[in-house]
Amino acid sequence: MEGANGAASQGAQPGKESGKETNGTFLNPTPMLDELENGPWPSFVSGFKRLAERTKKPMLRGVLDQLEYSYKTRMGYWKGGLVTVDGYGAGIITRYSMIKDKFPEAAEFHTMRIQPAPGLHYSTAMLRELCDIWEKHGSGIIALHGQTGDIMLQGIEQDKVQECFDELNQAGWDLGGAGAGMRTGVSCIGPGRCENACYDNLKLHLKALQYYVGALHRPEWNYKLKFKFSGCPNDCTNSIMRSDLAVIGTWKDSIQVDRDEVRAWVEERGLDALVNQVINLCPTRAISLRNGEMEIENRDCVRCMHCLNAMPKALSPGKERGIAFLMGGKNTLKVGVNMGSLIVPFMKMETDEDIEAFLELIDEIIDWWDDNGLDHERIGETIERVGLKQFIEGIGLEADINMVSRPRDNPYFKAEY
Amino acid sequence: MSSSERKWKTIESGPHTYEEALHPVVRKNYGKWKYHEIPKPGVLKHVAESGDAIYTVRAGTPRQDTVDMLRLLCDIADKYSDGYLRFTVRNNVEFLTPNPENVEPMIRELESLGFPVGGTGMCVSSVAHTQGWLHCDIPATDASGVVKSMMDSVYREFKDMQMPNKVRLSTSCCSINCGGQADIAVVVKHTRPPRINHEHLSLICELPKAVARCPVAAIRPTVVNGKKSLMVDEAKCICCGACFGACPAMEINHPEHSKFAIWVGGKNSNARSKPSTMSIVAHNLPNNPPRWPEVTEAIGKILHAYKEGGRPWERMGEWINRIGWKRFFEETGLVFDKDMIDSYRHARTTFNQSAHVRF
Repeated sequence: MEGANGAASQGAQPGKESGKETNGTFLNPTPMLDELENGPWPSFVSGFKRLAERTKKPMLRGVLDQLEYSYKTRMGYWKGGLVTVDGYGAGIITRYSMIKDKFPEAAEFHTMRIQPAPGLHYSTAMLRELCDIWEKHGSGIIALHGQTGDIMLQGIEQDKVQECFDELNQAGWDLGGAGAGMRTGVSCIGPGRCENACYDNLKLHLKALQYYVGALHRPEWNYKLKFKFSGCPNDCTNSIMRSDLAVIGTWKDSIQVDRDEVRAWVEERGLDALVNQVINLCPTRAISLRNGEMEIENRDCVRCMHCLNAMPKALSPGKERGIAFLMGGKNTLKVGVNMGSLIVPFMKMETDEDIEAFLELIDEIIDWWDDNGLDHERIGETIERVGLKQFIEGIGLEADINMVSRPRDNPYFKAEY
Repeated sequence: MSSSERKWKTIESGPHTYEEALHPVVRKNYGKWKYHEIPKPGVLKHVAESGDAIYTVRAGTPRQDTVDMLRLLCDIADKYSDGYLRFTVRNNVEFLTPNPENVEPMIRELESLGFPVGGTGMCVSSVAHTQGWLHCDIPATDASGVVKSMMDSVYREFKDMQMPNKVRLSTSCCSINCGGQADIAVVVKHTRPPRINHEHLSLICELPKAVARCPVAAIRPTVVNGKKSLMVDEAKCICCGACFGACPAMEINHPEHSKFAIWVGGKNSNARSKPSTMSIVAHNLPNNPPRWPEVTEAIGKILHAYKEGGRPWERMGEWINRIGWKRFFEETGLVFDKDMIDSYRHARTTFNQSAHVRF
């Protein structure tokens, strides 16, 4: 394997050449997992083994033994259950070993989902405190981050969960979502670093998830409901596909153009690059070359972001910024993949009143879903089954041509008469 | 610990607050960034309207981290980025510093500790993935091990910026596909209907729930040895595994018959083309721990053809749209077969409703 002896195979601890060398004292042999210590990419197996050798936590040894057994038999051996903290109905993912007679040290391996700060920002003080609390009560394994956006503290026993939670909660952390309720949200870096951020997604994320904190901790809907907040249509949080409620920054007016920077870009890369990499790739042919200069017909622009990505110094989003709101994204289970579709083309998102108006809309949507959805049906499935027309009537929105790629191609409807 | 002994009263605070987690230069220029550059792979330079600049060094992580590893990353952040760090949605760690002199020493230190610096611009990004055998209750394979094997094989492509555009990877341990839509996705594909554990079924499953879970109405109630149970119409079953989530006695996972499929052309961004879902281009690959060589080999073929043939800014799916699926299969050496013709809902939207033909 390329790079097997390269610098990176050292894994993440100075002064140790390979995790394999730590084997032989506390841990049992794991020959198949050890194969994953080879190669240049940092190895989770080396990390787990070092942690186990240092802390001598039996749970770590048991989990590595069970994982090795899974690799040998090509089957998984965890089953769910019900563990929670006082007052909450979600947030702990319960795992009991199905083969605890074989691996008693792996009998319990529950996960605590923790909501990180929007944008996944940390100070080392926050992160060190989290690590200290987790090492005290749990295994010390942490996944950063789960696909729904949580910090995953993996490996704790039921009788330690409450005490661990209390300490985490005192340090400013709260559990994430699970089950049929509001889930933890995800934000891109947004205004924290990105010039394309069209609204303060970190703020909206915090406010929205605080507002729905009860529905997150005590799930009682048809199914899960996920928010994701992307600062622009590049959609770095993959909100369109990965969330039921996709909040994507956009703008209404014209792209801002710095003509001097456009010329500098062309000077550096040539006219061919302007034509082949910018003008020809505009999906709506909104850009043309006029007298050797790039011209954008903003009426034709769909705000896809390509030209801004290609010329970040020369082009910026317009000044009238806000959000586009899409709904219904979900992955394969049962009906197949569903991309979120546009529900609100534009909303201002600058003031606290804007945030309140947005949350009122979400309340309407959840009420409609409560009335119309079926058990285990994501909201995008409900909208498709009941009808987008019925949905927008139900939540009090006017029909907007931006909601569809084109008007219907069949006559099978009954208009009001 | 019983409730009566608890001293602490829960604060339902929701997400952790973020302001104290932002670097002071970020706080000062919050929402006032002007542009960015990528001076070299793994490094970003963002310039604010105020003239301030902040440098980001990005590095790959295993995602399945430990407190030791995170403390090590904190040491680096304390040393080079004033005690602040963040993570990307593709599990990379980022250190933001206003001091350009910190960039090179930080890269050297990260690399010496085994964290590859890269993951920027036109690269192969790290893999979006979930838990697998390590923690999930329904997986047919492991996630982290597949990811480790995949990233070992595209290590250079992660650190370089030599692809036509960015390549997003994902992997999933069942057909729910928690890893998500990606330019290349590796997803478990079951090839046999579930085996039914009649002994356990009525003890651990709500029968109507399992019946309702089936998208093709292939599950029916029955009685086996005097006990209520379920049966599967195997001709109807599409091997999706949805019933297994509702009823663990519908045993869909199998050491031999749970295979891997490879999917391409998923895209979440709106840039140029609209977001798109993936298409299947290989299946029946063995679930072969601990290194899954058949999977990494197929990914290598796809990446090689895309790198050779893709034009600047073309994502995987956009490249295929230009050259056509016929040439995609020719150039990757993968083989199209009849099972890749859609037979599920909306299948006709994938038929070629035209006389456009490629030879």
